[in-house]
Amino acid sequence: MPQTLAQKLVARAAGRSSVTPGEIVTCKVDLAMMHDSGGPRRVKPMLDRLGARVWDPSKVVVITDHYVPAQDDESRKILRIARDWVREAGITQFHDTQGICHVVLPERGHLRPGMFAVGGDSHSPTGGAFAAYMFGIGATEMVSVLVTGEIWLKVPHTIVMQFDGRFARGVAAKDAMLHLIGRFGMDGGQYQAVEYRGEAIRALPMQERMTLCNMSAEFGGQTGLIASDSVTREFLKLDNMELWDSDPGASVLAQHRFDASKLAPQVAAPHSPANTQPVDQLKNIRVDLAYIGACTGAKLEDLRMAAQVLRGRKSSARLLVAPASLRDQNKAQEEGTLQVLLDAGAELLPNACGICAGYGEHLLPENVVAISSTARNFKGRMGAASAQVYLASPYTVAASAATGRISDPREFLA
Amino acid sequence: VKVWRFGDDVDTDVLAPGRYMKFSIEEIAKHCLEALDPDFASSVRPGDVVVAGRNFGTGSSRDQAPAALKHLGVSLLVAETFAGLFYRNALNLGLPALVCADAGRIGPGARLSVDMEAGKIENMATGETLACEPIPRHLVQMMRDGGLLPHLEKRLARSA
Repeated sequence: MPQTLAQKLVARAAGRSSVTPGEIVTCKVDLAMMHDSGGPRRVKPMLDRLGARVWDPSKVVVITDHYVPAQDDESRKILRIARDWVREAGITQFHDTQGICHVVLPERGHLRPGMFAVGGDSHSPTGGAFAAYMFGIGATEMVSVLVTGEIWLKVPHTIVMQFDGRFARGVAAKDAMLHLIGRFGMDGGQYQAVEYRGEAIRALPMQERMTLCNMSAEFGGQTGLIASDSVTREFLKLDNMELWDSDPGASVLAQHRFDASKLAPQVAAPHSPANTQPVDQLKNIRVDLAYIGACTGAKLEDLRMAAQVLRGRKSSARLLVAPASLRDQNKAQEEGTLQVLLDAGAELLPNACGICAGYGEHLLPENVVAISSTARNFKGRMGAASAQVYLASPYTVAASAATGRISDPREFLA
Repeated sequence: VKVWRFGDDVDTDVLAPGRYMKFSIEEIAKHCLEALDPDFASSVRPGDVVVAGRNFGTGSSRDQAPAALKHLGVSLLVAETFAGLFYRNALNLGLPALVCADAGRIGPGARLSVDMEAGKIENMATGETLACEPIPRHLVQMMRDGGLLPHLEKRLARSA
């Protein structure tokens, strides 16, 4: 029987030749990732209570990104617990204040196609862009993984999103995801595996693929997956890499086809990513603040998109930029991308989750209207409940910053 | 016992707001659902039931979201559907979460009796029986142990 990519990845981890959607299997975990918020400060007390140790410290990665930089005593304490615990548990794969976990994990070479991985964060499906089965779990379940090295799974069905053709200039992975979430809802993924396929997907650079899989969380998938290919291999700098893909003819729950060239920039209005419309429907709404941030929207590729629009322009709105990782920020600096943003008037914020997750010093004030390259505009998440947050691609956020009103980036790139 | 009813897409930021995440569960719980119902945390009583629409618990992996409900004494969640990650977290904490397409039929005066494994909710106030998705057997056993942590404790004690 032909198997989907999801089935193959799960079968390998379950030690089986094949698996059937709906059956419950136990999988061996190749990689467990945690950050400072849901990680050591939560799992240490539970491990202590159990008197248990980490099953295999070489399979654990800890990354601090939430309470970074520490702005009060509680935050300092949380970071100190993380630093002490990795030493105590013998975990050497520790990236302290280097950027957001979902971006740092592949950037530091921890992910490989074919892996079965869990992360203590809902945006863990980002790893699926590398043809790894990766999904988010809570801290209690992380304890179980850390003790046993295993986790149960209901073998997912696969929902295929196929994008034919090429995305137009000024249209990005973010637009594709907002469109899907708008059309199918935040539970459109039905906690199954969402697989992205087609010419437009193969043409995307790695970090854009990561954005698709990242927002599979908002789409309600357990994971988002993309077959591995030469783009994956080059990003991971591997000489040899396993190719993982669905078998032709594998049966799927649903397959939707889109003409990528017809997709317009999308904007999600407050207070849901499902509240999406093409940009022309929301054009000219005044914005006070533009935010380029988070694992979803401030990777090197995202910064490049914003810079393309803002080159030689000044921002009319307050513009905040929090590059997703230190390494991406350094690359952006070397190539001049960062300078374009700074010249446009951007204020540079730390390489951390920051405003997106409601952390740090720059939470949105009362009644502010913001446009953001992040993933969630839930009421009150990024600051005051009265703040109005629109979600869009880095192109559209940059274009809106330039004019001070929600704007179509295609008019800037022509 | 009171039935608290909420709509669709109740998210984890509403259940456990990000700005309180650095604090203990006691503190987080005080702000549980305050954006939707400012009186919820102060008025909810042990044994109360939360009934909701689609995609309850959408958003973050933070298991303080179900933990806050449990801390406040909520004994049962019934929703048309749950976000998958929240569903795992709730059961792992020993908080029953039942997927019931007819959740909307559960009125404010309902008195519920639940069979998790069979997938049945009986409303003793009306005599009505509602079908829900059965909870897999291995998870019902885990719940009977009080959740994932006590279940693991038991497993480790057995293998010691």
